[in-house]
Amino acid sequence: MNSLAEPKKWEKFFWPVLATALFLALWHYSVVWTATKIFPSPLDVKKGVAELIHKKVLWRDIIDSLRRVAIGFGAATVIGIPVGLTLGWYPAANKVVNPVLQILRPISPIAWIPVAIILLGVGDHAATSLIFVGALFPIIVASVDGVSNVPSVFRLAGRNFGLGPARLLTRVVFPAALPKIIVGLRIALGIAWLVVVAAEMIAVDSGLGYLVIDSRNSGKRYDLVVAAMLIIGLIGLILDSGFRWLEKIKSVRWGFRDES
Amino acid sequence: MVFTRDGKSTPVLDDISLEVADGEFVCLLGPSGCGKSTLLSTMAGFLSPTSGEIKIDAEVVHGPDPRRIFVFQERGVFPWLTVEGNIDFGLFHLPAAERRQRVAHYVKMVGLEGFEKAYPPALSGGMKQRLEVARALAVNPDMLFLDEPFGALDSITRLVMRGELLRIWEAERKTIIFVTHDIDEAVQLADRVVVMSARPATIQQIVNIDIPHPRDISSPRYLELRDGIFQQIGLAHKI
Repeated sequence: MNSLAEPKKWEKFFWPVLATALFLALWHYSVVWTATKIFPSPLDVKKGVAELIHKKVLWRDIIDSLRRVAIGFGAATVIGIPVGLTLGWYPAANKVVNPVLQILRPISPIAWIPVAIILLGVGDHAATSLIFVGALFPIIVASVDGVSNVPSVFRLAGRNFGLGPARLLTRVVFPAALPKIIVGLRIALGIAWLVVVAAEMIAVDSGLGYLVIDSRNSGKRYDLVVAAMLIIGLIGLILDSGFRWLEKIKSVRWGFRDES
Repeated sequence: MVFTRDGKSTPVLDDISLEVADGEFVCLLGPSGCGKSTLLSTMAGFLSPTSGEIKIDAEVVHGPDPRRIFVFQERGVFPWLTVEGNIDFGLFHLPAAERRQRVAHYVKMVGLEGFEKAYPPALSGGMKQRLEVARALAVNPDMLFLDEPFGALDSITRLVMRGELLRIWEAERKTIIFVTHDIDEAVQLADRVVVMSARPATIQQIVNIDIPHPRDISSPRYLELRDGIFQQIGLAHKI
């Protein structure tokens, strides 16, 4: 099979399934051969997942985590896009604000945990504000980048057809920057999903992050720990697929891959 | 027209005086980088002249205006809008019925029927260029500025597009100012060819093309006019 050949239909499924099966087998036999008492085998984890579903706490935890992400990420979107569009639109303002942004941006949202707890106490607000901080910067940066890279012909054409500043922004600059903004949102959502788990381990007593730490603390149930980890990974994958699907919408698809 | 960048000033256009009649098709012809696009952008109001002024209908030009639409070399169509959406772009101040009617009319005029709902990435280079012309015509401008509109097309498509443009021009009688560095293109299309020198550009000569359309591009008069411009620009006629 060379890389140019169109994969056959069965191959598209066969190889990923085989890779997954090999991974599970490697995991299973590593547990068996090392005779570890701590780390669970895939079968233990499967039982763990069944137990979590059966106890019904799982759904509450998933919904709590998703709710926190929705609030933090939603607020970051609602604030980040207009701020980014404005800064991209007024390069002078961007020059003023950019140094501060660039210093704040590389700070891990985890480092904000003590600050969030001091300011907002232990609880939901601390968790959502951490997600907000983590998601905000990638959205702002992507929006600024998107606006400042709008080809000048689009702006000139917009002005030529008599568009005022407001219409130019909504009908030319925003749609032209949208593919880059969507990339920023996708990165931000990934970060939000990473941060919610960390925040829930420290600041609250519900959600998937809490499930991980609680399963360890109350009886060293590592089967449940790994089960929760897998569920976190699976939901993260689903969220990301949602954005990949957004990128396929025709009015933004021109901005991806080599289409122009 | 003088450009200033990094403290260095580059004179681009020098002592240009040109008058264009209503409904006329004028080609600005000159070597690459001579400043003909700068002249066109200044006429369109995208740039302000450092000295002198542009007057259209006795009015000094201060900025771009929907009565005069600029057609860019390529990629001027909006890739996030369909063919219909692009043609409709400049019609936001009109009632919906009129918009629909104009969109349908210009889709037909440029031969994009069946592609109304297509997005520009799905169109060929020639179709995109036709779409941009349709978008410009839909707002019913007095003038069109075309900046090497066919420069990125292959030579067969370019020839077809010239015929299309002449057909549209004869139907709509817009004033057209067309920038090109292709001598044949200029002589095939224009009523008058404005030959420009290298930078800082001046007008070397204005050639009247007194051949009626459709032009026979192997007729002696065509070849005579073309060769005259060849010599004017200083090109040898043998390769």
